[in-house]
Amino acid sequence: MRSVTIFAVIFAVFNSVVLLMSPAAQADTNLTVEVEIPRLSVAEYHRPYIAIWVSDPHQQRVSDIEVWYDTAMANQEGHKWLPDLRQWWRRSGRQLDLPVDGVSGATRAPGNHSISVRESALQALERGDYILHIEAAREVGGREHLRLPFSWPANAGLLQEQQGEHELGRVRLHAH
Amino acid sequence: MKINTSVFKHGLLAAAVCASVISAPAFAHRAWLLPQSTVLAGDEPMVTIDGAISNSIFIADYHALRSDGLEAHNNQGEQVELQNLHTGRFRTSFDLTLAEPGTYRIASASRGMTARWQNSDGSRGMFPGRGQPHNDAALSDAVPDDAENVQIGLMSRRIETFVTAGAPTQQTIAATGEGLEMVFHTHPNDLFNGETAQFQLMIDGEPASAAEVILIKDGARYRNQQGETEFTTDSEGRFEVQWTEPGMYWLEASYQDESAPAPATSRRGSYAVTLEVLPE
Repeated sequence: MRSVTIFAVIFAVFNSVVLLMSPAAQADTNLTVEVEIPRLSVAEYHRPYIAIWVSDPHQQRVSDIEVWYDTAMANQEGHKWLPDLRQWWRRSGRQLDLPVDGVSGATRAPGNHSISVRESALQALERGDYILHIEAAREVGGREHLRLPFSWPANAGLLQEQQGEHELGRVRLHAH
Repeated sequence: MKINTSVFKHGLLAAAVCASVISAPAFAHRAWLLPQSTVLAGDEPMVTIDGAISNSIFIADYHALRSDGLEAHNNQGEQVELQNLHTGRFRTSFDLTLAEPGTYRIASASRGMTARWQNSDGSRGMFPGRGQPHNDAALSDAVPDDAENVQIGLMSRRIETFVTAGAPTQQTIAATGEGLEMVFHTHPNDLFNGETAQFQLMIDGEPASAAEVILIKDGARYRNQQGETEFTTDSEGRFEVQWTEPGMYWLEASYQDESAPAPATSRRGSYAVTLEVLPE
C-alpha cells in the first residue's frame, strides 16, 4: 500500500516536470500583438520605425518579435536611424546583424496591424514574468515606448492593453 | 643648468608622439570635443565632431582646439583619418567614418616636463613657451645656468570623447597608463538617465586619489547657474555619478601630487571628457 502511494507521488512529480519542460504544453497558446499607428496631420510625415520585443522584468531582452524600418534603401541607409529606437537599440539592436529573418520588415502605414507572435519567439520563453515592449520613433517626429506585462505560459484570457499618446495608438497583447 | 633627463624616456616618447595642444593659459578655459552623435548604426556611418576651448560649455566662443595632436582610433587600435578637417577662429571641425563596428576614441593628449624660473634680471621664464609642444630633451638647455627658483613639473593633459558604431566595445577605451585618465567601469557610450555610472581616475597607471572632478551639463547659456556637480575621488581613484537628467555632459578632472620623478618635483594632470547621457 505504502509503495503504491510513493509510486503515485513520483508519477505525479514526473508528470508535472514533463509538463513544465515540454513545449507541447504551450504549443496551443498563441500570442497576438495589435499595434495601432495613428494617422497624424503633420506637414512632413514619415512612417515610424517600430520595434516589438520581449524582455524579462529587468529589461533584459529575451526575444525580438518585429522591427519595422526602411529595409529597402540602398547600402542599408535605413539602418542609420535605428538607434532612435533607443531602448530596443540598447537591449537588442546594436548586438544584431541586421536584417534578421522573420524580424526585420518594412515600415507600415497608419492603421491597425495585427501580428501573430511566431512560434520560435514563444519557444524562447521559460515559465516566468515578461514585458512586451512596443517602441516607435518617427523621422522629424517623436518617440514613444509602451510596455505590456504578461506571464508565461499565458492564460487564454490574457488581455493587456495600453493607449499611446503620440506615436502609437492603442496597443494590445492577447492570448488565444 | 644641467638636468638629467634620462629618466624621462617615458615622458619623452609621449611628447614625441603627441605634440602639446594648447598653451598653459587655456587651462582657465574649458577644452572639449563634441560629437554630434555618440550612438551610430548602419553601413560605415559618419559622425561630425567639433573641438574648441570656451567659457560656455559646448558653445564655441573663445578659441578653436588645435588639431595637431588630435587623433582618432578604432576598436582595433588603428588610427583613422580626420576627414574634412577645418580649423576656424572658434572651433575645429572634422568628420569620422566609422568603417569598423565598435567604439572609437577621439583624443588629444600630451605629457611632459614644464619648467618655470626667475632670470637674473628678475624676469620670469618658462619652458616650453606658450603654445609650444613638450620637449623634455631640450629642457635642460632652455633653463639658464643662473636661473633661480627653478620649478620643474611633470604635466599631463588629455581631452577626449567616444563614439560607437553598433555595440560598445572595450579595447579602445582602455587606459594607456600615461598621464591622468579615466577607467570606464561603465562604458562611456552606454550611459542612461536614471542609472549610476562607475568611473575611476588613474595617474600614470596608478589610482588618482583625491582628484577633483566637476561635471557640467550642456545648455548652461540658457540657465542662470553653471549647475556644476563636484566629486572627489576616493583612495582607489573612484567616483560614481547618478544621472538625473539626459544630455551632453562635460566632465573635467584635475590631479596634483609631489610624486614626480626627478628633476620634476610635482606632477599635475588634467583630463576632460564629453559624455552623452540618453533618456531611458
